[in-house]
Amino acid sequence: MNFSKSFRNTFLVILLSLIVSACATKKTTTKVEGQMQGDVYTGTDTVKYLADGVPDRVFFATNESILTTKSRDTLRKQANWLRANSSINVVVEGHADERGTREYNLALGERRANAAKDYLITYGISADRISVISYGKERPVDSGSNPLSWSKNRRSVTVKAN
Amino acid sequence: MIRIFSLTFLVFLFLTTKSNSLIEIDITRGNLDPLPIAVSPLFQDDNSKKNSINELKLDNVGSEISSVVENNLKTSGLFNPLSKEAFLQKPDIAHLKPRFEDWALIKAQALITGKVTIENKKLKVEFRLWDILAGREMMALAFTTVPSNWRRVGHIISDKVYERLTGEKGYFDTRIIYVSEEGPKTARIKKLAIMDQDGFNTKYLTLGNELVLTPRFNPTSQMVTYLSYFKNLPRVYLLDIETGTQEVVGDFPGMTFAPRFSPDGKKIIMSFAKDGNSDIYTMDLENRIVERITNHPSIDTSPSYSPDNKFITFNSDRSGFQQIYVMKADGSNVKRISFGKGLYGTPVWSPRGDLIAFTKLHKGKFYIGVMRTDGSGERLLTENYYQEAPSWSPNGRVLIFYRETKSNDRGEGFSAKLWSIDLTGYNERQVQTETDASDPSWSSLLSN
Repeated sequence: MNFSKSFRNTFLVILLSLIVSACATKKTTTKVEGQMQGDVYTGTDTVKYLADGVPDRVFFATNESILTTKSRDTLRKQANWLRANSSINVVVEGHADERGTREYNLALGERRANAAKDYLITYGISADRISVISYGKERPVDSGSNPLSWSKNRRSVTVKAN
Repeated sequence: MIRIFSLTFLVFLFLTTKSNSLIEIDITRGNLDPLPIAVSPLFQDDNSKKNSINELKLDNVGSEISSVVENNLKTSGLFNPLSKEAFLQKPDIAHLKPRFEDWALIKAQALITGKVTIENKKLKVEFRLWDILAGREMMALAFTTVPSNWRRVGHIISDKVYERLTGEKGYFDTRIIYVSEEGPKTARIKKLAIMDQDGFNTKYLTLGNELVLTPRFNPTSQMVTYLSYFKNLPRVYLLDIETGTQEVVGDFPGMTFAPRFSPDGKKIIMSFAKDGNSDIYTMDLENRIVERITNHPSIDTSPSYSPDNKFITFNSDRSGFQQIYVMKADGSNVKRISFGKGLYGTPVWSPRGDLIAFTKLHKGKFYIGVMRTDGSGERLLTENYYQEAPSWSPNGRVLIFYRETKSNDRGEGFSAKLWSIDLTGYNERQVQTETDASDPSWSSLLSN
């Protein structure tokens, strides 16, 4: 009886440690992948906050200006915050990654900034409180040349203008 | 602000020999067989030597000029300047009458000789081009200018020799305007810079207080149009290089970018971005009338006129991806011309009119290539991690572009440099700049 109980405990410990180590290895390998869905950045590394729980930026897929579900969620939070702080105006900065021609990226950044602006307008923020500026690929936040860095740079950032 | 182009040259022919020479360079094949040429140092007498030291701080402006010529001819890839150590004849004697056997012995096929004098604050340069195999003079010219202009004299001699031996205009007496880059990738400081085509005489035209991009010369190379983020309003500007005066182009309620002059110099063509959509517009520089050229919900940008001003090439993502299109100058008859695999951008019409140079992205690699104006005959000249924005030499023979290196995960190892490549795909070489550099634009030929 005693023997079988201690055996069972040992067995459990081994089993548990196997699970834990499996989790640990899984965690390290997915650490990078976990920050991107498709090629849209989903992490929080470079994100700043306009207010508690209100992220300042949203991320885009390569060559895209479509807002993801998560981006729309972020922008709704921004809209709520802007409604509550009606004296604040914002500039939406549009950015692109380094893997495109300079002039096209300027246009792409403008398109992304406007996608974010339009969504804020849909949620009741007056257009004259929001201006846009495109920096194309001129102002990356992450200077690496790899897919994760590029995903952090394909973004629009809402910045207080006053 | 900076007086660059106002110096006039007195050029006169003092001898012309219309001989049917034996040397001729086949420039359609590239640099497989560069022509062996001897550039004898230009001879300078003792009095001029004194003046050269006084006025230019140069021991021997004659040999300095010949070095400029030698370097130009070498970088063209079409000539092989021979080592001066092998020269058997002294510069002054060679200039009067070369002993052709001596030059043939060192395998020279052509010889440049000359003489410089500096007197009364004037630099006088005469030079002769000799055909060694035929044993006769091919060309003789003399120039008078201010001594400080000595490098330009070297460039003009290079152009004359290039033209005489290839049958095409040269591109050495030209300048490059570009964006000088410094600092970390995330906070790059960019300035407009201008330099001679061979990398000398760099001058900075802006201070770096605001972001500047994509400068381009007008046909006389006295004006530049570029994008500036002055006061955080990205707009196309016009800069007079000689006077330093600047003005915003047009009165647009949003970002204007990707500017370029029409080849007749009368208009600026550019993109205007409004509500997420970029279209192509022109502004007439005389009457300030703005015309909308494209009207499409896609991104239309990087416009470039054909040399006869009748057509415009541009890139658009109206097919879903960035591709190259050609239309009439009024915006009608839009036709897609790029159909290869990958994305195509930054089309620039060759000054000869027959080709369009472009940037292509395919499977993570960037290419500089050329195609005919109907999109046929695509030829990729060079492949790299990142490169874009080709600009043509005024004779349509060479392309200059910029290339960026890959950063590691910590963002180290990044650089941006100018490179040039021959239309044939040969003779790829880095163009020296004082700082990192991008967005080059080649001027027209400054003399003649």
